Amino acid sequence: MSDVGENVIDITGLVKRFGSRTVVDGLDLTVAKGEICGFLGANGSGKTTTIRMLCGLLRPDAGSGTCLGHDIITGAVAIRRDAGYMTQRFSYYDDLTVFENLDFVASVYEMPNRRAAVDGMIERMGLKDRRDQLAVQLSGGWKQRLSLAACVLHNPKLLLLDEPTAGVDAKARREFWDLIHDMAGEGLTVLVSTHYMDEAERCKRVVYLAQGKIVVQGTGAEVAAKSGLITFEAVGGDVDLAARKLRHLAGVESAAVYGLSLHVAGTNRAAMQAAIDSVAIDGMAWTEVAPRLEDAFIHMLSVKGNEE
Amino acid sequence: MNGFSWRRLYALMRKETIQVARDRITLRFIIVLPIMQLFLFGFAINTNPKNLPTGLLAAQPSKYERTIVAAMKNTGYYKIQILRSEAEAERDLRDGSLLFVVQMPPNFDRAVDRGETPSILVDADATDPTAVGNATGALQGVIPALTRDLPANRRAQLKQNPAFQFVVHARYNPEQLTAFNVVPGLICIVLTFSTLFATTLSITKERERGTMENLLSMPVRPIEIMIAKIVPYVVIGYIQVLLILICSTLMFGLPIRGSVLLLLAALGIFMAANLALGVTISTLSANQMQATQVAQMLIMPSFLLSGFMFPFRGMPDWAQFFGEIFPSTHAMRIVRGILLKGIGVSEIIPELWPMALFAALIIAVAVYFYKETLD
Repeated sequence: MSDVGENVIDITGLVKRFGSRTVVDGLDLTVAKGEICGFLGANGSGKTTTIRMLCGLLRPDAGSGTCLGHDIITGAVAIRRDAGYMTQRFSYYDDLTVFENLDFVASVYEMPNRRAAVDGMIERMGLKDRRDQLAVQLSGGWKQRLSLAACVLHNPKLLLLDEPTAGVDAKARREFWDLIHDMAGEGLTVLVSTHYMDEAERCKRVVYLAQGKIVVQGTGAEVAAKSGLITFEAVGGDVDLAARKLRHLAGVESAAVYGLSLHVAGTNRAAMQAAIDSVAIDGMAWTEVAPRLEDAFIHMLSVKGNEE
Repeated sequence: MNGFSWRRLYALMRKETIQVARDRITLRFIIVLPIMQLFLFGFAINTNPKNLPTGLLAAQPSKYERTIVAAMKNTGYYKIQILRSEAEAERDLRDGSLLFVVQMPPNFDRAVDRGETPSILVDADATDPTAVGNATGALQGVIPALTRDLPANRRAQLKQNPAFQFVVHARYNPEQLTAFNVVPGLICIVLTFSTLFATTLSITKERERGTMENLLSMPVRPIEIMIAKIVPYVVIGYIQVLLILICSTLMFGLPIRGSVLLLLAALGIFMAANLALGVTISTLSANQMQATQVAQMLIMPSFLLSGFMFPFRGMPDWAQFFGEIFPSTHAMRIVRGILLKGIGVSEIIPELWPMALFAALIIAVAVYFYKETLD
């Protein structure tokens, strides 16, 4: 990686409207080479639309920039050659086997030594035992592996993943992310959208979208620090009861239960302390903890909402 | 407890009704299609075709000939034009531009006056027996028309010695077997069905299954997708063609008078045209339901206006014009021509290029409207 710092994605003012609805609204985004950039945001915040514009599947209504050095408007065909796009929904052929699907993709990209490349990819993704199974018979986790295999087969320089792990179990997700990190280590740039906070934490940088705009971006620690949130955690006692009471008190922005522990977040330390003291429950022990990324995002979103 | 429930039935029916009403385009087809087809076919179809193209070969112009020709025209079945040579007559009959050739023998008038009962030879293209049946039947009514012109002495002996007679030659299908007409037509119909519907759902299926998004994100050109959807079905179509030809020859005794290779080549173009039409329908349709509706809308006229079920010549000019657009009309002429008349390359070219042009234009439409983005 001689050219560290070079931006693989560099776009400004990206806009996309569907009828009267503005789905992406003046988005600026840069992603450096070799970076894993997490794309977060609620449903309908413009993640999929942005990714589709990056790989030329949608034409932006405004904005400019480059993706892999090609203009996003005029260079769509060149971008497609060098990028791998994994759709949200499984979009390979149900009635072809794992091998046939991959072989098809390799042929479309006119790969030399196609047979070796496909066999190598099957090996790498652990698909060897499923090689001759029809895609329709694969479980969600295996389908997702097949999709990833298919979209990295042609050695793309950029990987665009649209909620790749939706509906996949925890183990498969973990393995999937290990693969992504391995590939990023080899110089691949990854832009991945997700709803899972644990996945966001595995990204080098996260970008949080709301209503087609970037609300906050940076490393996980930066985002948490920028939020200025203070969080307390309580264990022991009736955490559900405490959460119900705390939620309505001044100074408490959120009070969420995670199993046996209660997580309370806010920006005003004194007000929070007062609120916690007023809800006295036996056997409950409080400690200050680092804010979770999720808390930070929810906070950012509500601040953003209040500003407008 | 879980028996039949009227409330559930009502809920399900309401849901279906809402879904049908939401698909505006399909709804439009449901309403417009039957009305359009009723009018189209109601006015176009005529099982008793008139004004059939007829050529006249006469050694020399004569008085009686004029009377007979006038009487033939009066039946309404014959539209008569003068031919210059027998070669011209033969050619026009083979390529289908004439359905009848009327041959007056030399010295006809003198032969009639002498009481010889000369014969007027009528060559009829019997590949479609229904098309020429009524017209040949009407010939008997023409004979008395000459009576008034005859000298009195000749008129007296008409009982024993008619003035003249028509001798009808049912060409290409002398036994006037309907199967000889129907089976070649069926070859085209069967192929239209199997090819058109093979590709009609091809693109909509990719779209509905979500695989289109993936295909679009790969470096694939629209024309590549189109051709790839068509070619495998041409191969399948050829298997069907061979099966049909073998069965037709064995079961219906259908002759193959022309070149089988020429037939196969022509049918290849025909199948490609239908497959291209299917791909285009699929490209323009939003969903599989719509695609099926459009295909049905096109397949009906391509049967009814092609000369398969009803004589092509019997249709009004505007209907013949529409008929000429459909590949099945041309394919039907080619198949009947090669099988029954043994026609060759030069005679099928006028039928080949309209099919090829159709295929090229329709695929251009598909490529033009094919979206390379999801917009």
